[in-house]
Amino acid sequence: MQFTATASSVVSLATAEGAKMPLIPHIPELIFGLVMIGILYWVVSTKVVPNLEKAYEERRAAIEGGMEQAEEAQAQAQAAKQQYEAQLHEARTEANAIREEARAEGASIVTEMREKAQAEASRITESAKRQIEAERQQAVVSLRSEVGALSTTLASRIVGESLEDEVRQKGMIDRFLAELESGSVRPEKVGATAPAAAPAADQPAQGELDLGADGPAGRDA
Amino acid sequence: MILTALAAGTTTAVVAADEGGGEFHTPTPDIFWLPIVGEGDWAITEQMVWGGVSVLLLSVVMVALSKNAAVVPSKGQWFMEGFYNFARNGVARDMIGTKHFLKFVPLLFSLFSLILVNNWFGIIPPVMNPTMGRIGFPIALVIVVYVVYHWIGIKKMGLGGYFAHMVPDGLPGWIKPFIMLLEIITYFITRPLTLALRLFGNMFAGHMLIVLFVSAGAFFLTQGVVFKLLSVPTFIMAAVMFLFEALVQFLQAYVFTLLSASYIAGALADDH
Repeated sequence: MQFTATASSVVSLATAEGAKMPLIPHIPELIFGLVMIGILYWVVSTKVVPNLEKAYEERRAAIEGGMEQAEEAQAQAQAAKQQYEAQLHEARTEANAIREEARAEGASIVTEMREKAQAEASRITESAKRQIEAERQQAVVSLRSEVGALSTTLASRIVGESLEDEVRQKGMIDRFLAELESGSVRPEKVGATAPAAAPAADQPAQGELDLGADGPAGRDA
Repeated sequence: MILTALAAGTTTAVVAADEGGGEFHTPTPDIFWLPIVGEGDWAITEQMVWGGVSVLLLSVVMVALSKNAAVVPSKGQWFMEGFYNFARNGVARDMIGTKHFLKFVPLLFSLFSLILVNNWFGIIPPVMNPTMGRIGFPIALVIVVYVVYHWIGIKKMGLGGYFAHMVPDGLPGWIKPFIMLLEIITYFITRPLTLALRLFGNMFAGHMLIVLFVSAGAFFLTQGVVFKLLSVPTFIMAAVMFLFEALVQFLQAYVFTLLSASYIAGALADDH
């Protein structure tokens, strides 16, 4: 392209006055080109670019300010959320603790009540036993005296001899009862002898003897 | 260009064969020689006047549009910002990087706007002549770029460091002198030469083409019926060339600025 141009310019050099080859710079134009860019550069760098850059900077600051605000709001919301969550967590933990405590308390109450009931039951059992024992003892004592009186009456009727001597009488009865308790006297023997004379008195004697035989066994148990 | 020359040649031949009126002269580089005041080596040319007008126009318009620059832009400021951002972000920042680019924005923006307006003068009446079609103007701009990128390179790395940084690291020792030679040729001869000639050549050739089509069309109108009809596609072709040139003129302004920024970036780069 340039070759073509140069070639034709060579031709033109001969014809036109003042025109040079296109690739040879016209010095006034070169200088004026420098002046042009110099002036424009001065105008642009002092009057145009600073104004625009300032506007850009302000715009950037405005946008960043807005963003900062938004960030701040977000941070606040985040903090509030965290606080709320912490509270919720705390409340949940507390509720759990309360439930746990209530459960433990309930269990302890149940245990306590059970123990109390057990104690009460054993106490009642104990007192009942004691009462039974006492009653039995009482029955033994009353039976003893009754059986004594009965047998004495019976014996005196049979023997026809009044055993008025109380000491001797008591000693005999005691000895008889001791023998009875130790098992050396079989109740059948008494039963065998008694019915013949006094069938009516036989029943209590039989009962007394049964009780007496049962007594030691009950005590042993 | 060669095709055009051929076309011009055939046109001349056809015209010569025609028995009709005047003779058609193909446009020569003389169409760029437009002295107004004086003559010879120190003549003031029309391009100088238009160049001066472009500077005045750009200064007034740009100052007016950016004077009241605010956070919320007016319509004028918005337009100005779009134009400015093209050079600022699209060229300077992309090529040089966010760290250093702001220092070079005024120069690159001045270059871009000045070249763009002067290029478009080529298709805007009443100028109809691209200022950069005169080699003196591109050379002046290239001198500025040339001085700037060497200056910042030497300032940053020192004279020795500047030359040393031209050779990339990790090359075998024997090849380094050759690379150094190639790089010196690139930095000091190829780059400024191509930068100036690319702009000049495009404007020169584009203007020649437009003049050729317009003058041929106009000439056909003075001829017989067949040629009068032939002038229609010729004028259509001229119109197409106008649009095409508008694009080329913009592109050349962009390319010039982009390459200037790339040379500056190259001189600033830490490694090759």
